[in-house]
Amino acid sequence: MGWLELLTDYTFQNVVIGASLLGLISGPLGCFAVLRRQSLLGDAISHAALPGICLSFIITGSRDIGGIIIGSLITGSAAALMMLMLTRLSRLKTDAGLGACLSIFFAVGIVLLTYIQGTNNASQGGLEAFLFGQAAATLRSDLWVMGSITLVTLLLLAVFWKQAKLVTFDPEYARTLGMRTTAIEASLTAMVALAVVVGLQMVGVILMAAMIVAPAAAARQWSRHLGGMLAIAAGVGIVSGVSGATISTLSRGLATGPLIVLTATAIVLISLALAPGRGLLWGVIKHYRQKSALQKQQLLYALYKHSADPSRAPSRLGSRRLLNKLKQQGYLTRSPHNATQSDNGWGLTAKGQAEARKVVAAFEELAA
Amino acid sequence: MTISGSTDTALSIKNLTVSYHNQPVLWDIDLDIPAGVMAGIVGPNGAGKSTLIKSLLGLVPSLSGEVMVHGRPYATQRKRVGYVPQRSSVDWDFPTTALDVVTMGLYGRLGWLKRPGRKERNEAQEALEMVGMSAFADRQISQLSGGQQQRVFLARALVQQADVYFLDEPMAGVDATTERAIIDILRRLRDAGKTLIVVHHDLQTVRTYFDWLLLLNVRVIASGKTEEVFKIDNLRQAYGGQIALLNDNESLMFAASKVK
Repeated sequence: MGWLELLTDYTFQNVVIGASLLGLISGPLGCFAVLRRQSLLGDAISHAALPGICLSFIITGSRDIGGIIIGSLITGSAAALMMLMLTRLSRLKTDAGLGACLSIFFAVGIVLLTYIQGTNNASQGGLEAFLFGQAAATLRSDLWVMGSITLVTLLLLAVFWKQAKLVTFDPEYARTLGMRTTAIEASLTAMVALAVVVGLQMVGVILMAAMIVAPAAAARQWSRHLGGMLAIAAGVGIVSGVSGATISTLSRGLATGPLIVLTATAIVLISLALAPGRGLLWGVIKHYRQKSALQKQQLLYALYKHSADPSRAPSRLGSRRLLNKLKQQGYLTRSPHNATQSDNGWGLTAKGQAEARKVVAAFEELAA
Repeated sequence: MTISGSTDTALSIKNLTVSYHNQPVLWDIDLDIPAGVMAGIVGPNGAGKSTLIKSLLGLVPSLSGEVMVHGRPYATQRKRVGYVPQRSSVDWDFPTTALDVVTMGLYGRLGWLKRPGRKERNEAQEALEMVGMSAFADRQISQLSGGQQQRVFLARALVQQADVYFLDEPMAGVDATTERAIIDILRRLRDAGKTLIVVHHDLQTVRTYFDWLLLLNVRVIASGKTEEVFKIDNLRQAYGGQIALLNDNESLMFAASKVK
């Protein structure tokens, strides 16, 4: 299939627009979920959407998107509420509460799903597609619904930006300023449920949590401000949505939702490794730079202060490579024929002496 | 700043009781703190020092009791109260700058919809200057040292321009320079007529820092002027067997009190 043909393909257009909308909403809301340490809440809410989808089908008898949205919002919020009650009223910790809610609601959903399949209703075909998503089945009308939800949610976030930020950073302090923190926290959680609803068709209830967590985790690596983090997360969400959809269309038969999630994960891994300042690679480079700088200082210090002490001989303190490197840089000289046991022939040059004096001075200032 | 509608009492607590899992954490607290003092709250671990501040601010539900700030119920006086929480109460890896955190102190004044603008940023910058942190305004908060983070929190309370400040262990885990800087700022505030109520853990510095003292161990053991309250009998009653006393030239040393 050529690129032009691909771009004008009706299904492909729908999938790409849908995936972009999903990235646009799940990225920013995921940031709040991740910063509030509630990434797993998104997982619980999305798994809990399944019983809602099934109940809506049982009641309305169709796969109408309005019913499915309302159903999944209700059961998703019920799961979030139940989790809050469990952790507040019992001594269950958050992770246990989340795990319990997630599996209970998902189990109920699977039971309902198999019950519907057993009734041989002709229109039930493909309800299980909500497990892993069925991007190709996205309709234009679905896109309008997804788009409106995304727009309203992002507008709400923009209006209550200050409140959302402070409640995420320091909820107790927010309360002393007179903010209605419970209402704001509940709204942020409800918005995560809305993001889940947008993703049902694209990636399905099981993988949806990845779209909440992955873009936010990647964005945190590159950003210095909350606003920047949200923008980058939205970007990561959109890029992974579009590339996942494209790869899936070009390679007939590979599932779109999982490909979107895998693309997002790849971006996370790259960000964790490479992001300036926070990336693992920078940490490793910094570690080795500091280590070799320290070794050099230690060696110069020893040669300068303890040149007659065999236990601090250069060959004991530094590797041959380090010694040769310092010789190349002009700090050390070597005269093997008059080597003593304490210096193996290594000695400081004039430049080395000057550098060693600096090291000694800095060290003595530190010790003072 | 004129203090309108006030009496000489900055904080008045009547009959405050707080419980957690059916265990009383604070029992029948009656307390009046006069305006314009630097008051310390001291007591052993688990005495309810932080809980007292949090229940006053409505962050922890109380079974009974009423709290008046300058003669009026706390709920109507929020704008006159500033709060410096424990540094460890937030995640400092949050993506933002020191200046932005200080600006958050103005969110209450801005109301629901207004956003902080240039005026607010200038005020925040001034507060950072007061705590000696103006050079760090654009620094990521995750890159600040513990003492610097504590000063940012103090600056955030300063921009509120409150009359009564609650500080929860502001000297915990900070270096000596920061401790001196914080004390200087608090003294300046007191001299400007503000009331400072400080949870404190180091008995050795109590007499130099505070002019008013509350000794707390679930109940009020003693409260009043520091020289009248900071006595061996009271301390023994508050700390029980945990206290080791060395009487050396009328100064008290408390080795056991340093054990966390």
